[in-house]
Amino acid sequence: MAVPISYNIRNLVLRKGATIMTALGITLTVATAIFILALLAGLRDAFQTSGNPNKVLALRKGSNSELAAGGVDLSAMTVIRDLPGIAHNAHGDPLVSGETILVIVLPRLDGTGSTNVTVRFLSPIGIEMRPDVKIASGRWFNPGQREIVVSKSVHQRFGQANIGDSIWIGKGPWQVVGIFDSGTSAHESEVWADINQLASDFDRSTYSSVLIQATDPIAADAIKHTVTDDRRLQLNGMLETEYYAQQTSTGGPIKFVGFMVAFIMAIGSCFAAMNTMYAAVAYRSREIATLRVLGFSRSSILTSFVFESLLLALLGAAAGVVLMLPFNGMTTGTSNPVTFSEAIFRLRVTTGVVTTATIFAVIMGLFGGLAPAWHAARQNILNALRG
Amino acid sequence: MTLANFVRKNAFRNKRRSLLTLVSIGFSLLLLTFMMTVWRTFYIDQGSAESAQRIIVRNKVSLVFDILSYYEPKIKALSGVKAVAPVRWFGGTYKDPNKDKQFAQFGTDPTELFAVYRDYHISDDQLAAWQKDRAGCIVDADLARDHGWKIGDKIFLKGVIFPIDLELTVRGIYSAPLNTQALYFNETYLDEAYTQVKGRVGFFAVLADSAESVPQVANAIDDTFKNFDRATKSESEKAFSLGWIAMMGNVKAFILSICLAVVFATLLVSANTIAMSIRERTREVAVLKTLGFTQRRVLELFIGEAVSISAVGGLLGILATPALIWMMSQSPQGGFFFSNIKITLPTVIVAMVVAVAVGFFSAFVPAYHASRGNIVEGLRHIG
Repeated sequence: MAVPISYNIRNLVLRKGATIMTALGITLTVATAIFILALLAGLRDAFQTSGNPNKVLALRKGSNSELAAGGVDLSAMTVIRDLPGIAHNAHGDPLVSGETILVIVLPRLDGTGSTNVTVRFLSPIGIEMRPDVKIASGRWFNPGQREIVVSKSVHQRFGQANIGDSIWIGKGPWQVVGIFDSGTSAHESEVWADINQLASDFDRSTYSSVLIQATDPIAADAIKHTVTDDRRLQLNGMLETEYYAQQTSTGGPIKFVGFMVAFIMAIGSCFAAMNTMYAAVAYRSREIATLRVLGFSRSSILTSFVFESLLLALLGAAAGVVLMLPFNGMTTGTSNPVTFSEAIFRLRVTTGVVTTATIFAVIMGLFGGLAPAWHAARQNILNALRG
Repeated sequence: MTLANFVRKNAFRNKRRSLLTLVSIGFSLLLLTFMMTVWRTFYIDQGSAESAQRIIVRNKVSLVFDILSYYEPKIKALSGVKAVAPVRWFGGTYKDPNKDKQFAQFGTDPTELFAVYRDYHISDDQLAAWQKDRAGCIVDADLARDHGWKIGDKIFLKGVIFPIDLELTVRGIYSAPLNTQALYFNETYLDEAYTQVKGRVGFFAVLADSAESVPQVANAIDDTFKNFDRATKSESEKAFSLGWIAMMGNVKAFILSICLAVVFATLLVSANTIAMSIRERTREVAVLKTLGFTQRRVLELFIGEAVSISAVGGLLGILATPALIWMMSQSPQGGFFFSNIKITLPTVIVAMVVAVAVGFFSAFVPAYHASRGNIVEGLRHIG
């Protein structure tokens, strides 16, 4: 027969002080874990929602980044435009966009200095190929003008990124004429400008990458292989989804340091929980013996105390989740090792994050409660009753 | 029985509880000391004397853009400049990037590099051998040990930023005060294999004649190229590397919030234990007071007990920190970062102060209440 749950709950309430302090310790650990998991979930989100399986990205052979010296010249573009399986727009133009990525330095608004921001130079076709990216205020740049459009996140996080401001790129200032919104995708870290204007600025008529839209995923896969195998092109084709998947490595340092921090904090909390549970057991040794006399088995005593510890941990976890929920959606940035510039993303406290953090707390409760519960179940009835 | 002895006996009357508290505080202080050490390395350390004398000159817009080789004699001609070395980041991959430890690769001028990096050491015959071989390279001693390279070994680097691959021969192994995890090759090799970069440089490493003149020299360099097509930005080596850390995001806020969470958690753990242990002893307190112990003395006894437990826990945590740093430096992810981090005495002192303060504050409230308790009620108390 099991010891009623209400017994454990009443005990936790009775020992309010100890319960609150132990639970708070667990809360801090869980909150740290949620913060780290939410960062990683946000990064994953930014890179996973960015790829489209219908799109193929062609880069120079050996390169894994759009940020590379040259690569695709105009003759290669001509070859690519005529490949079978390429989608066309309403005007009959092939959906192929030659693009170049550059990096500029912008001052952060929060006063932590300045950092690298990606500028994507593209043509109106390139904008058309990304229907999820919408203009939020102002307008798109006009081809042939020194005009740029910034993402909403860049606008919010950096100085010099308001409509009417100008940013120095290459040979002169470019005027900000609009702000676009791309939801949570990787384009949220970018500034967009006209590719033809760049070509005349930098006297380079090559592109660093080509984005190709296929009619369907099967055609996309075929294009990927054609582009890679064509010896004239010297290019490497990959699905856009694959390209962004490799950038999730951006979270590497956060993951590494974050997991270490969470792990060490968890050990500390585990021992604290153990302490509280040992005290709970010591206080109640006579009670436990009475329960045994009444006929509760050792295993039900063990279960009861482990359960109490789990309850304590869950209490802490719940508080941790509540504490961290306001951070959901907060924008932050870290460096992207593929483009050497800032990747802007939002913290995401998803159900997955909450579940993982709760499991984390349960493990802490389990480890903290097992030894004291074992002790409670094994104690000598007669001695305990006398004590 | 001396008072110190009394405190010690009381602190360990419940061995299991004291041990658990010690371990719990120890782990928290381990994390705190570690984070403070990282903070110190990033934001307080000024680097070695040689490093403080170095300036990095790069394109004003961004490090991604090149500057031009003909800047070199112009920089050299400025007063306060002792030596200039051109450097270019190659950024290739070595073997399988998913399995093998990667490292930095720079193209440079073999005749100038060691004039700027005077704290790097290499034997004269190895340096001469490298200067003679265009396809030669030199590697950091720690890196060479990690990969098992010897003089004469071939290293194949696959180009990522550049559409060419490099096949290099190890001609020398240099030692540096810090683990640089770097390979230097002759820039001419890259210039000839990929002519687009000829006449261009990633950045210049400049040695100023003293650390004090660094800001002036940096300004003088930037003034020289102010109206050039590619203007420059010059900053001290330390500021340059801080720029990389700033790219990681708001590292300062991240470290600070973790430190705060850890200190608060430690405070909770300690307060909880002390409160439990004092509550058990209500009757003893009454006995002590009957024997003539003043309220103040009782308070001192309890606080002394709490402080000694947290101080021992803190000491254990601090002692374990070098082991944690060592473990981090062995991982492929953080190797470069953590191999150059060292715990310093001021960090140890701050951590110890935190540990003692935690013990003091956690004990204060429960001990104060216990010491003020009514003697008669205390004696009646059934624990």
